[in-house]
Amino acid sequence: MLVLFFLSSGLFLGWSLGANDAANVFGTAVGSRMIRFATAALICSVFVVIGSVAGGAGAAGTLGQLGAIDAMGGAFMVAFAAAVTITVMTKLGLPVSTSQAVVGAIIGWNFFSGVLTDTAALSKIVATWIICPLLAGAFAALFYVLTQRLVRRLRPHLLWDDMATRWALIAVGAFGSYSLGANNIGNVMGVFVPVAPFSGLDLPFGLAFSGAQQLFLLGGLAIALGVYTYSRHVMGTVGGNLFKLTPQMALVVVLAQSVVLFLFASQELEHALLSVGLPAFPLVPVSSSQAVIGAVVGLGLLKGGHGIRYRVLVDIAAGWVTTPIIACLLAFVGLFVLQNVFSVQVNRPHAFELSPQVIERVDRLGMPVDGLAELAGGRYTTQLSLNRSLRGGTALDAKQRERVVRAAEVDRYLVDPERVAQDIKPGWFVPEQIAAVSSLTGREYRHGWQLLEELEALTPAWRLLPETPRNRLDNDRRQKQRRLILVALRTEPVEAPAPE
Amino acid sequence: MPILLFKRTRALVAQIDEFLDTVGQAALLFESGVADYVGGRREQFDTHYRAIEDAEHGADELRRDIEKQLYRHSLIPEARGDVLGLLETTDDVVNQAKHTLGMFLVERPRLLPGMDEDWRALGSTATRTAEAVVLATRAFFRDPYTVNDHLHKVYFYEKEGDRQAMALKRKIFDADAELALQLHLRQFVVNVDRVSDAAEEVADRLAIYTIKRTV
Repeated sequence: MLVLFFLSSGLFLGWSLGANDAANVFGTAVGSRMIRFATAALICSVFVVIGSVAGGAGAAGTLGQLGAIDAMGGAFMVAFAAAVTITVMTKLGLPVSTSQAVVGAIIGWNFFSGVLTDTAALSKIVATWIICPLLAGAFAALFYVLTQRLVRRLRPHLLWDDMATRWALIAVGAFGSYSLGANNIGNVMGVFVPVAPFSGLDLPFGLAFSGAQQLFLLGGLAIALGVYTYSRHVMGTVGGNLFKLTPQMALVVVLAQSVVLFLFASQELEHALLSVGLPAFPLVPVSSSQAVIGAVVGLGLLKGGHGIRYRVLVDIAAGWVTTPIIACLLAFVGLFVLQNVFSVQVNRPHAFELSPQVIERVDRLGMPVDGLAELAGGRYTTQLSLNRSLRGGTALDAKQRERVVRAAEVDRYLVDPERVAQDIKPGWFVPEQIAAVSSLTGREYRHGWQLLEELEALTPAWRLLPETPRNRLDNDRRQKQRRLILVALRTEPVEAPAPE
Repeated sequence: MPILLFKRTRALVAQIDEFLDTVGQAALLFESGVADYVGGRREQFDTHYRAIEDAEHGADELRRDIEKQLYRHSLIPEARGDVLGLLETTDDVVNQAKHTLGMFLVERPRLLPGMDEDWRALGSTATRTAEAVVLATRAFFRDPYTVNDHLHKVYFYEKEGDRQAMALKRKIFDADAELALQLHLRQFVVNVDRVSDAAEEVADRLAIYTIKRTV
């Protein structure tokens, strides 16, 4: 029951996404009366749920890297702060993106919990906010030119053209809904993935239904509810007032937006690109509203740039800054209240130590160890506090400090035969990996990397491959397996950290 | 469901084609009717008048049915208003043709000698104008980028019709006849020429709708 309460903020976020962002997919079609609302809502709901469950893992994973929220209370407040930010900014008529609100709120949790923000993941996400509308604009212009050429070549009767456009709007809307679910479910449920107590289910025919997918299903249903209960009005606004587009233009806009969302969500596409040695798109939740605006501006520029409201572009750029900041502040204040007024745990207690083993590992990783021994006596309870000490006492750069902090984290990992039997399942791991884990039965570790090092020594199946584009796919899978094994074998509670 | 929609669309496309065929046919009947009257062939004139009456009735029914279906199934929402306006003004061409032949039938004007060829030419030009506008309307539905190729002919024939009407009116008033007859005949010149004007009205709308469709 408590879990459902904590999930409620994510479901609220999902509802608001369904209420607002479904309009980006079907708004122009419904507003221009090309498709009935009932048809649009049904297609949108079904495909959003499919997209969330089948394709949601990629973009959600990147949010997980940005801040691995480790307590339900924290995840609740992050989603709640994002949802409140979206609601307030929408009421004020300011442009807002769910992705930006969620990212801001996660950073707020990172600050509150003393967790270092993964700068690589953050810069990847911020770069896509800028690339996404540009890419959508370019795609829209390209698709429009192609559509016009096709129409001029085929010369369909006005009524055949109308019928074809309707079916195309339905097909593209379904694709757009799938992409919306796959890309944006990370925003709705991503923060709950590391903490939700849903265990994986084995389905018939060797299929597996992971805990994350169960969460994504719930989130997808919340989005669908938002579509049914509230999006009608928003669709009318988008289709009727905001953009005066012809049905063909509407089709092009939705297609461009869907393709962009798909590019930033599809693990399959990423796999396909990487397997032929091409660079892949980062899997990041992007803003569907901004993709739509980008696409419309792209069409406007194609038509000579008349009638483009450049003010909208300034507002978008302002939104990149204001939305995350507001969400970050709200999350920070909310977490403080939740922890100190309601005594809810918003993060897991952590401990860090610079033991000789940790220093030896740092040395093995090829980083300078000067000054580390002097800091070895201290006990640290947050990543930030250790990072501060490292900055003052060593010559390590920011990236190196980040790696040292991760190596210094203290936990208790026990290779318990019961948990191995329960959590280390053939659907998720290869037999060599399971055999290696089983052979360590009864062993205990203080650091995650110690367990992983032993597993690597036992079988190459646990080792990461050299970092080449072709290996990225395999490495992603192995990274996931390594994270899973650590989560499965970690035992609570960690010994209470001594005060600094 | 898709098969049903496919059938419905095909049927509606056929109805629009039939409507335009009827308009084209009515224009030809008008030309023949004027020529019959001028040639004094009363029986043929009556037959052509009945035929144009049927054509006008058929065009009205087709237009109403098309309009109803466009609304009932919310087809071509963006262009619906334009298409309805187009069908109605095109229907006006048939109405005007029938009205003018009806005037010949009822009022039986006494034509002045030596002007038969002028009357026939005026009727033919009105028919050419109507034919050209039917082609332009068909192009609007199937290939809007070629509409202008037909529109310039509409404008050319309409101008030609105005010139012929003016010349005929001059001839009528230059002739040695009673003023009452002259005024009566002038009324007929104006009404024959109005078929061209009705076609021009369609062409003006088409020019705008085409810009909307092709921009």
